[in-house]
Amino acid sequence: MKEVKIVSTGSYVPKKILDNEFLSSIVQTSDEWITTRTGIKKRHISNGENTSDLAYEAAKRAIYDANIDPKSVEAVIVATVTPDNFTPSVACILQERLNLVNAACFDINAACSGFLYALSVAASMIKGGLFSNALIVGAEVLTKVVDWQDRNTCVLFGDGAGAAFLKASQEKGILNYFIASDGSKGKLLKIPAVSVNNPFVSSFQPKPYVYMDGKEVFKFATEVIVSSIEKVLKNSNLTLEDIDLIIPHQANIRIIEFAAKKLKLPLDKFYINIQNYGNTSAASIPIALDEALKRGVVKKGNKVVLVGFGGGLTWGAALIEM
Amino acid sequence: MVFEKLREIISENMGIDKEDIKLDTSFEDLGLDSLDLVELVMNVEEAFGIEIAEGEGFKTVKDVVDYIEGLGR
Repeated sequence: MKEVKIVSTGSYVPKKILDNEFLSSIVQTSDEWITTRTGIKKRHISNGENTSDLAYEAAKRAIYDANIDPKSVEAVIVATVTPDNFTPSVACILQERLNLVNAACFDINAACSGFLYALSVAASMIKGGLFSNALIVGAEVLTKVVDWQDRNTCVLFGDGAGAAFLKASQEKGILNYFIASDGSKGKLLKIPAVSVNNPFVSSFQPKPYVYMDGKEVFKFATEVIVSSIEKVLKNSNLTLEDIDLIIPHQANIRIIEFAAKKLKLPLDKFYINIQNYGNTSAASIPIALDEALKRGVVKKGNKVVLVGFGGGLTWGAALIEM
Repeated sequence: MVFEKLREIISENMGIDKEDIKLDTSFEDLGLDSLDLVELVMNVEEAFGIEIAEGEGFKTVKDVVDYIEGLGR
């Protein structure tokens, strides 16, 4: 069986910043409330850029860092719940803009777990021999689907994109991964799409906004973040002591604090940047991974756990050696 | 005793002095917000081996004690 390595990463967030103070001027909330409940201080927000624009910038950086010919990329997988179109996919838009002419391109939807799904699909395809490399991207413009009158959700989300280039290798890289779902709890976190309307049927069209049962999602997230970390370690015959850093999906600082307490780990074992970006769904893990690598928080040879959870419901984790 | 055990759980998980936790203490008095309450409910479920139905709307320590004792009846 071939091994798969993460060769390079890249990330991008729009320049425009939305801070808690500004949010307090549009909905009944405060910096204190948002900070203590979520850990978020500010988030980046699209100034007109769509998901493919953010994905393009992140992917461009990953390709540049990998120092490869764009024509040699064999697969492009974009994880997103906020694509520009139903079709063409964000991945196909990237293909055109980055000249990835020989790649098979498609999007996947696994909400906030999307990057782990993309990584699992890409790694499995490479291990199976279908491709020898893949560009994977998590990209979102969630602020398109936020109800700016709902103070419970509009404070949570931000826009951004992160990318990674994976390649078949002799060296060990992605050591272990798993993904899982529970569709029976899908209604806890929802963004409606288009209802059926045709000459024979007319249906109610709900607004395409994020709806979330905060308490139940919090409960799900805290349970699954802990069990997923434990599962991916167990599958790898490793323990927490072997791990240099955990990069969790950045949904809420309180979920990460809960996990640290449950696993009896210091909080600095977790990479945390939610204060700067909010919840960027599928983009949060690759943005954090890129940042951790570029800041030297993660070094070559380090073992890192990536763990995600979100709408679907979906979750997953990966154990990687950089 | 349910109250003693509950006091232990609240104190340990939320870092609150046991002396400050009395039967009639409200969670608001203890400075716990809605997410703390979700966390507390999870810890209580685990410690007592019970399932707490959604939306119980606990306001005070006594509310939780009554709920747990009510299950035994």
